Amino acid sequence: MNIFDIVGPIMVGPSSSHTAGAVRIGYITRRLLGEPVIRAEIGLCGSFLATGKGHGTDKALVAGLLGLAVDDMRIPESFEMAKKQGLSFRFTAEEIPEAHPNTAHLKVEGASGQKLDIVAASVGGGRMKVCSIDGITAEFYGECPTLVVQDRDEPGQVADMTTMLAQANINIATMQLYRDVRGGVAVTVIECDQEVPRESLHWLAERDGILKVTYLSMEEAPV
Amino acid sequence: MMNSLQQMAEQCEKEGIAFWEMVLQNDMSDRLVSREASMQQMQQMYRTMWEADASYDPKLHSASGMVGGDGEKIRRAREQGVLASGDWIGLVMEKAVKMGESNACMRRIVAAPTAGACGVVPAVFLSMQEKYHYTEEKMLEALYVSAGIGAVIAERAFIAGASGGCQAEIGTASAMAAGGCAYLLGGDAEAIIHAAAMALKNLLGLVCDPVAGLVEVPCVKRNVIGAVNAVTTADLAIAGVRSHIPPDEVIDAMRSVGRLLPSSLRETGEGGLAATPEGIRISRNLR
Repeated sequence: MNIFDIVGPIMVGPSSSHTAGAVRIGYITRRLLGEPVIRAEIGLCGSFLATGKGHGTDKALVAGLLGLAVDDMRIPESFEMAKKQGLSFRFTAEEIPEAHPNTAHLKVEGASGQKLDIVAASVGGGRMKVCSIDGITAEFYGECPTLVVQDRDEPGQVADMTTMLAQANINIATMQLYRDVRGGVAVTVIECDQEVPRESLHWLAERDGILKVTYLSMEEAPV
Repeated sequence: MMNSLQQMAEQCEKEGIAFWEMVLQNDMSDRLVSREASMQQMQQMYRTMWEADASYDPKLHSASGMVGGDGEKIRRAREQGVLASGDWIGLVMEKAVKMGESNACMRRIVAAPTAGACGVVPAVFLSMQEKYHYTEEKMLEALYVSAGIGAVIAERAFIAGASGGCQAEIGTASAMAAGGCAYLLGGDAEAIIHAAAMALKNLLGLVCDPVAGLVEVPCVKRNVIGAVNAVTTADLAIAGVRSHIPPDEVIDAMRSVGRLLPSSLRETGEGGLAATPEGIRISRNLR
């Protein structure tokens, strides 16, 4: 936490966790998908479900999916914007056992048919945490360049990833491994100190056993 | 690290630097940014506060319909000269309510330290500048004072209603504003930290009991008590009054009170005003 978490952030009200954090969840989902969202099914849990409407959580999530930042004055009009930009969405009530009280479950589809399933929580002060990707646990905050790789749970996969990063001269900040079952699908989350070049991501995606490469860049995205 | 108001004040004295300067230097080394970059960011915060105040729209109402239009009522009452607390305190009240209302109506605000308490610091700062015509530079220095106080409270205790009740939000905002106000009035580091301590003491035990769980009732009006309390405790500090309990110990007391609060009084909307018959009725109607 720095002093601009104390005096700041600049945001559209009324609640840092129910509004700003919700925008961030939508925004990071949009960035992870890597293309405009055309369809979204958004499940709301806990306090998001109970008090979300009064806090504009629904509008905030959609605004984020459209790529708006937390201080964008258009957040209250996000539903109309979605209509114009061809994003269809619907909200459902959802129960996820043991989930953080401010949790959303987003199933999104992009313009080229790509799909992404994200569970994320708003953890206070406008910060968010991704809890799972495509049904497998994967925890990160989306505050630095993040590489999320889904692969077959086999020896050597992680070596490919770290070799790629080493060759691109990228330092790893944190690294986590998850899997559904032994020999099934594994998820590797690597938070980096530098941006990963596009070519490196392509190279990795072509490797045998790599099922899906998702990358969160910190560079400004076109809205 | 900023984890003790007392140590910060002592170090200011030892090094012969102002409290705000210490907070600024801390930010520069913490985030590896230049003095200019830090100052520019703080300027953006202050200008956004100013814009949010200036662009208040009395016609706006929150999604629930509970909040809106009260800031305009105070402005008119001030104009008519009917307020016992006088024109300038009236101005502080007006600005605090306006910002709280703007927040509830999904306008752009600066969380300080939270969105629910976003009216306290700007109400005091903007009113002080209107009264004394300080330069923007001076106002930014005072904002560093406020940020430093808030950072210490966040470090030693908490700043979220869900963690420590309203005392953690409006209480912290009030302490931040009080310290900044004492600085603007010419107070040294000691006056600053005692203004903050007295402000926080006055709000110890304040529970977070939002009706229907929304940042509306009683949040908006509590910004008024946070702001006015900040002005009066800054005045006490300038007059030479000191807190008998050392400032850091006051913050620690806030933490222990917060930990003793049941979860029904920590932002869940299950206790206090939220649990009154009217609070329950409003909540039911919104579902």
